[in-house]
Amino acid sequence: MKTLDLISRWAIPMVLLIIPLIGLMRGVKLYESFVTGAEQGFITAIKIIPFMVSMLVAIGVFRASGAMELLIKAISPIFDMVKIPPEILPLAIMRPLSGGGALGIATELIHSYGPDSFIGRLASTMQGSTDTTFYVLTVYFGSVGVKKYRYALSLGLIADITTLITAVFITNLMFGS
Amino acid sequence: MLLVNLIWFLLLSLGIITAAINGNIEIITAAAFDSAKMAVSIAFDLIGIMALWLGLLKIAEDSGLVKAIANLFKPLTVFLFPSIPKDHPAMGAIIMNLSANILGLGNAATPLGLKAMQEMQELNNSDEASEAMCTFLALNTSCITLIPATIIGVRASAGSSEPTAIVGTTIFTTGVGMMVAIIVDKILRKTYRKKKR
Repeated sequence: MKTLDLISRWAIPMVLLIIPLIGLMRGVKLYESFVTGAEQGFITAIKIIPFMVSMLVAIGVFRASGAMELLIKAISPIFDMVKIPPEILPLAIMRPLSGGGALGIATELIHSYGPDSFIGRLASTMQGSTDTTFYVLTVYFGSVGVKKYRYALSLGLIADITTLITAVFITNLMFGS
Repeated sequence: MLLVNLIWFLLLSLGIITAAINGNIEIITAAAFDSAKMAVSIAFDLIGIMALWLGLLKIAEDSGLVKAIANLFKPLTVFLFPSIPKDHPAMGAIIMNLSANILGLGNAATPLGLKAMQEMQELNNSDEASEAMCTFLALNTSCITLIPATIIGVRASAGSSEPTAIVGTTIFTTGVGMMVAIIVDKILRKTYRKKKR
């Protein structure tokens, strides 16, 4: 656990040092490359606004009305048995379906429960850990005209469930009370 | 994406119905408007961090870091894709795509991934996915992630005291996910072959 903590602390400073250093050694025009990439970052952040608005409004209405509380109460007996906080159910469902939608839900959880709360950290780990299986399958297979997915979908979903369980396990181990 | 539409509608409608039953329908208007405003302010907070991160990654890309990682993983990909000849262009595209994924270069990963699919389809030539394609997509959706930049940005904008606290847990989780994907892929491949016979 010490190692994971160390990695978390040092990751960004090391990346900030090493990437420009390698670039310098390889003769990359650092400043120009950075600005070109940064422009992409700007565009990406603006592009997620429609996703964020649609998902945050839906989940915000769901939470403010008290419906979220009812849902959590209804499912908590099952979720408590496997030690998964019921609050993350909407995120777990949305994650394989839509990247923007899942980011919206994760963001709402982080803001509602606090980024350094257990749920905030679990939501962060889950959001950072899997990709949108359905989307990737549709786009990648669609682009080459493959219609029969063989076992690709079950394989992707098994991986998603594994990731969910692993995220709960490791977050409990690192940050659980 | 039919399911997303349904979930979106259910969240809204169940919320409105619950508020109506509880007799505080006015809360819906406030919640909807506040959430819409919050979504934009979060995205604006993200601009700086995303620009910083993608700027750095562009330097990494231009220095050939993707290629360097690709070389590192070559033996593993040869083992994972036995049906693809070693120096077939599909292999190169697969390795480059996975390397870009590891670095969190989503924008660069997608075109490489589509190229890999095209090359694999030339070997496959059918409307059914090949085994290599299944392996490739499993790796693509559960690829190990070194720096989850977007969520670090969200955490920072939410006032976290340790926005990067989740880097370690993310690397661990994606590592386990990728290993399981590789193992399950091998198992499913065998059972599917038996079923076909």
